[in-house]
Amino acid sequence: MRLGERAGLKPGAPMRDAFGEALLAVCRENPKVVVLDGDLGNSTKAETVRQAYPERFFNIGIAESNLVCIGAGLAACDLIPWITSFSSFLLCNAYDQIRLAVAISNINAKILGSHGGITLGKDGPTQMGIEDLALMGGLPTMTILVPCDTASMHAAVRAATHHPGPVFLRSSRVALPNIYPDGNCPFEIGVANRVRPGTDVAIVACGIMVPMALDAAAVLAEEGIDARVLDLHTLRPMDRTALVAAARETGAIVTAEEHLLQGGMGSNVARVVAESCPVPMRFEGLADTYVESADPWDMLEKYHLTANDIVAAARDVVAAKK
Amino acid sequence: MSDTVSYDLTTLKDIARSLRLDILDTTTRAGSGHPSSSFSSVEIVTAVYFGGILRYRPQDPWWPERDRFIMSKGHAAPLLYPALARAGYFPRDEIWRLRQINSPVQGHPIQGLMPGVEATTGSLGQGLSLGIGHVLGGRLNRLNYRVYVLLGDGECEAGQVWEAAMAAAHFKADTLTAILDYNKYQETGPISREMGLEPLAEKWRGFGWSVSEVDGHDISALIQALQAAQGIAGQPSIIIAHTVKGKGVSFVEADFTFHGRALTPEQAVRAREEILCG
Repeated sequence: MRLGERAGLKPGAPMRDAFGEALLAVCRENPKVVVLDGDLGNSTKAETVRQAYPERFFNIGIAESNLVCIGAGLAACDLIPWITSFSSFLLCNAYDQIRLAVAISNINAKILGSHGGITLGKDGPTQMGIEDLALMGGLPTMTILVPCDTASMHAAVRAATHHPGPVFLRSSRVALPNIYPDGNCPFEIGVANRVRPGTDVAIVACGIMVPMALDAAAVLAEEGIDARVLDLHTLRPMDRTALVAAARETGAIVTAEEHLLQGGMGSNVARVVAESCPVPMRFEGLADTYVESADPWDMLEKYHLTANDIVAAARDVVAAKK
Repeated sequence: MSDTVSYDLTTLKDIARSLRLDILDTTTRAGSGHPSSSFSSVEIVTAVYFGGILRYRPQDPWWPERDRFIMSKGHAAPLLYPALARAGYFPRDEIWRLRQINSPVQGHPIQGLMPGVEATTGSLGQGLSLGIGHVLGGRLNRLNYRVYVLLGDGECEAGQVWEAAMAAAHFKADTLTAILDYNKYQETGPISREMGLEPLAEKWRGFGWSVSEVDGHDISALIQALQAAQGIAGQPSIIIAHTVKGKGVSFVEADFTFHGRALTPEQAVRAREEILCG
């Protein structure tokens, strides 16, 4: 069954295509925006800007450390750099540079990590960013955004560009169904979107796991379990208000992310919940493992990142309430 | 209004001497720091800030058209702060807060905390790339300024330096001048023993740079080389400044282990005498 079908969602575009369009749009709106590429513009879709604004596009080549610091230098010139590459290459090759030149310096640079998670599929684990959110989480000044459909990608790119300070935005390769109406995603950094009301359990998700959660909620509804779904598009700053309300009003939480469980979204949600309103929780994500080269949908199945997995976790956590 | 500061040679030598004393006094007071690596760069920084090279306005520190000076060898921060104070960016008293709690005068430079500090450095290898960003930003903003980056020699073991070297030539960054403080020592020993860099000038030439070599303690020669670099078109330039680690204090020059530690108050008394006589 197609992702989002059970929830009645219409098919959407690949997230990277949405990013390319959104990036071009902010370049059109704001002459200060410049784009830096680590020779993957055709994959990240940053190349849209190369064609439209060649003087504001720099391919720095396969040299992520240099890429990040040149971007930081441009930010110091009152420009707004979007530093783009695969999230795995940026985070793992240039973490030190992101830490010093961007995060400690607290500069106005934007980092696009594409091909986050495992759904890039057949290129395999060397290319996958399954630890990117944890690594970015280790940088205190970094705002972290994970949009979940085309409309939220457009809104996130615009919000990141307007936001003064370092922002990481995660993109991915596969097409995701449309959750928000075209061009109309409410998107305030640090404010989670409640995309489905519910009182029995709250599913907190980001990225591809938002439509998964909505599919799961549709299945749970047939069983008489009324699941709330939160699109936690901002991982930092985290929306404590929405999380505490979810815990208090539903009494059970499932988190779902296309990332290692260690240090990702769920563990940070758990900290907020544990401090403010402890309730039973379950966590969907990658257990301590690297995955493999395969079709994305086969891997989501094998590594337990499907709507059915969320359904099972929700049943389990609802039972634990009693 | 002139945006450079240009003193005669006698005054420049006085400034260099006072910067050395400041490095000595602030690191001794802090009880830590990198005095010997700061000593070796003193004449370079003196030439850049006070020899009529760098265009800057201390009262308007982020003047968009200012020339940039990026201290890529961030451990020479004890030299940068007194130089910036001398240039007029902040009151001289600030330098005594080096490495103290609640102070913006950090052990390694942090961008945004002190006027005149252009970049966060201290993990070596990043400054040249930052400099390229400033060059490209200047082009986009249609501002005419030059960018100077002070590199350490051990720093040139970092791959990112050569990523930047390649990119600067690719972008024909002729407003970029690197100055390499070639004091021949890294933290744990002589460069030639630990991780040799030679043939260093050939490496930079091979990467497409215009290369000159000078005595890095000869202020006149440094100014001449910096002026010559301003006339080079179509490629970035580097001045390899041959220096002495710990320059100015004989027992520091003779002992590379002073790299990452301050002098004791007793050693500082002897060092002060030598610097004043030097």
